[in-house]
Amino acid sequence: MAFLSSLVNGLSLGSIYAIIALGYTMVYGIAKMLNFAHGDVIMVGAYIAFCGAQYWGLPPVLCVLCAMAVCTVLGVTIERLAYRPLRQATSLAVLITAIGMSYLLQNLALQIWGANPKSFPTDLIAFPNLSLFSGQLKVSGVTVVTVLANLVIMVALTFFTGKTKMGKAMRCVSEDRGAAELMGINVNRTISMTFAIGSALAAIAGVLLCTAYPTLQPTTGSMPGIKAFTAAVFGGIGSIPGAMVGGLLLGIIEILSRAYISTELADAIVFAVLIVVLLVRPTGLLGKQVREKV
Amino acid sequence: MSEVRQRPHTKMVTYPSNAVIPERDLGKNPVLECSHLGIEFGGLKAVEDFNLVLGRTEIAGLIGPNGAGKTTIFNLLTKVYQPTHGSVLIDGLDTHGMTTVDVSKAGVARTFQNIRLFGNMSVEDNVRIGLHNQIKYDMFTGIFRLPRYFTKEKQQHEKAMELLDIFGMSSLADVKAGSLPYGAQRRLEIVRALATNPKLLLLDEPAAGMNPHETQELMDNILRIRDTFQISVMLIEHDMNLVMGICEGICVLNFGRVIAKGTPEEIQSNPVVIEAYLGKKKEGGQ
Amino acid sequence: MNAKRRKLIYNLSTYAVVVIAFIWCQMLLNSGGMTRSLKGQLVPICCWITMAVSLNLVVGISGELSLGHAGFMSVGAFTGIIISGWLQHGMGMEDTTLRLVIALVAGGLLAGVAGVLIGIPVLRLRGDYLAIVTLAFGEIIRNVMNCIYVSVDGRALNIDFLNPNLPGKLLLNGPNGAVSVGKIATFTAGFILVLVALFVVLNLTNSRSGRAIMAIRDARIAAESVGINATKYKMMAFVISAVLAGMAGALYGLNYSTLVAGKFKFDQSINVLVFVVLGGIGNTLGSVIAAAALTILPELLREFSNYRMLVYAIVLILVMLATNNPLIQQVTRNLAARVKRLFSKKQPKVSVKGGDQA
Repeated sequence: MAFLSSLVNGLSLGSIYAIIALGYTMVYGIAKMLNFAHGDVIMVGAYIAFCGAQYWGLPPVLCVLCAMAVCTVLGVTIERLAYRPLRQATSLAVLITAIGMSYLLQNLALQIWGANPKSFPTDLIAFPNLSLFSGQLKVSGVTVVTVLANLVIMVALTFFTGKTKMGKAMRCVSEDRGAAELMGINVNRTISMTFAIGSALAAIAGVLLCTAYPTLQPTTGSMPGIKAFTAAVFGGIGSIPGAMVGGLLLGIIEILSRAYISTELADAIVFAVLIVVLLVRPTGLLGKQVREKV
Repeated sequence: MSEVRQRPHTKMVTYPSNAVIPERDLGKNPVLECSHLGIEFGGLKAVEDFNLVLGRTEIAGLIGPNGAGKTTIFNLLTKVYQPTHGSVLIDGLDTHGMTTVDVSKAGVARTFQNIRLFGNMSVEDNVRIGLHNQIKYDMFTGIFRLPRYFTKEKQQHEKAMELLDIFGMSSLADVKAGSLPYGAQRRLEIVRALATNPKLLLLDEPAAGMNPHETQELMDNILRIRDTFQISVMLIEHDMNLVMGICEGICVLNFGRVIAKGTPEEIQSNPVVIEAYLGKKKEGGQ
Repeated sequence: MNAKRRKLIYNLSTYAVVVIAFIWCQMLLNSGGMTRSLKGQLVPICCWITMAVSLNLVVGISGELSLGHAGFMSVGAFTGIIISGWLQHGMGMEDTTLRLVIALVAGGLLAGVAGVLIGIPVLRLRGDYLAIVTLAFGEIIRNVMNCIYVSVDGRALNIDFLNPNLPGKLLLNGPNGAVSVGKIATFTAGFILVLVALFVVLNLTNSRSGRAIMAIRDARIAAESVGINATKYKMMAFVISAVLAGMAGALYGLNYSTLVAGKFKFDQSINVLVFVVLGGIGNTLGSVIAAAALTILPELLREFSNYRMLVYAIVLILVMLATNNPLIQQVTRNLAARVKRLFSKKQPKVSVKGGDQA
């Protein structure tokens, strides 16, 4: 039972990673950049939801919607102001700008909300706890909501990229930006849209993350951000199902190694697994193998 | 129109069974022997059953329509791709399991269709990199500037200048390779390949983007390289003046398969080739 | 020899900048014209310069994005601390200079070993995958460092994993890091370390091996086609860089009385990367200047106190936007061309971007 309970916790954490990883993977697939600031968008989302609940007295659903709206605007603005002017620049230049953006968000949060950790209202997601196997396995409401949210997002995104016009445009741009442009696809708008979706997902992830681990401070998003990015690479960056698989596996591995091997070494084990996977499959679990054209 | 340089007539003889090589190369090992060479990319046979023997000092042409698999053959010969079938012998040495580096050391040098120079470095440094395995000293000698460093650097410089002189490029030695005009970049790639002291030089569309005058010069240069270094040259080219002008043996490829082999005269009159490839051009031209 | 002379002038000016800065700092120190906080930054500045120069070897000259450089620094730092502590308490060596030299060499060597171990698997990967794996390795190193306990008992050095109950004097205390370190790092040592790093990197880039490394960066397949073993030379750059980072780490560690592995989180790797990129990728002198300037900048921004990191972030973004703006690039290029024409009126040669190549 202890194992099952760890597994459920892992599934919950993995779902959060998966939702964050979707943001990384979509942006990477389309704009070919590592959006280092993505983790900090999560933090902003969590703060907004926190303010909604604590200061503005909004109902939980509105808190989440509010966080999503703010993050969407934030994501699109960041892309417009900092990344779009660098569309032609080297990937390293974009990476450094994204890092600068990450610092900027963290320090803005520091100015606005202060350095002291805020305790996130855990009752924001009010869902009854489940008790299975005659009470031997307790599953918290947050876990249920997290896993469900992950599934819904996954299905919705698969539908969106597969069936809608905008989704198809996204896949086009990620495959060949030049050709997509020649076919009349508005590349800038498609990229903005990707940032919008990724950031909205980040807001959801922020709320879920902070409900499960209720300490909120300006650096809250940074480590989950890195882990989720790892998850995206793990699953094959650019691939939406890959982000899902990578996120879930990463979360499960992390929780299981924390429970059964060592708390101190859990992160090291997670990263070690990533390395082993990349050595066997250099483009991740579900990534496409690309052959260099000579 | 520039006049086509007259090719000295080469008598081609059969070698061992169905391959032909120049008569003058008969006494020596062939420099290249491909038998049943092939590669598949996920079920697609990009090259299939490719057989070829090259004489020691032969200039050979590899022609065919776009997508016929010409560059793929160069990539197979230099082990950029590992062949899925068949074997390649370089100067009698089986290249099975070798890497690109090993093949270079075995004596195969190449240029690239889409120029791949070390663009941020000077012209001279590009040639010095070609000399990497010819004039050597180790890392510590380089970092601590031991006496050997200075003698070897001097040797490299002199050799690089000598090679650049072949194409009259020694005055450009200090220019950044990436800022050279197109034709000069192609020539520099040849010099860099020559610097590795090859037995077989593979040229992938050496005349692409050159004007008729430059092409003429290039033809002279290829012949001169062959004569001075006594090496074999295989080239992929779409410029038929060049191919017919200097190649002694020609191999025509279509859809990954050899459809004809022979001397320029034979190829020009081969109905299969005309149908597959030259036909269109001939009709337009005559 | 135009290109050669340009390289020579570039190298000499790099050394000159460092020497002049050192002499100037010494004069300020002697005249008492340096604030306390800035004085405390002198050794760290040298360490960060060395880090930047060494990372530039990987990112700029070898062309591989590495995000785990702080990992090597931490290996060097803790090795240096342990060796220095052991020499002092176990072997009774009181000569601080000798101890410092041995600690630095040991730190560099062990970081080099880590570089080999990490490089073998990692360097097979390309681009962003390599970046994320180096980042992962940096985090693994930090994580593992948190679990190591080392004590010196008589002459013996006890090392254990996840077990704090060691006999003798504890040098490394797991997550609490190194305690009561003998602060033996000096500014002069830092200066010499910077010179060593410059000597190694600049000489390497102007040698056969260095050219091979740059060739792989510019066109890997072409480099292999002329017989350059890409793995070997990428490894060479990676390991040399790790050794230098380890030495910088050892000096850094021996500059503080306590040190925790958390000091070498991935943000530190990224900070060093920022130095390299802002200094101009591949430009060693630029790395030196950027590292020094950006380490001092937060100190100078003290009057903004709370806002200094905010200002730093904004400056970083604006600099990146400005240096990559086509209009501004054009203006600076024209300016550079004009300056060049001023200096060499007689040779209106093919325009070659001046001296951005180490």
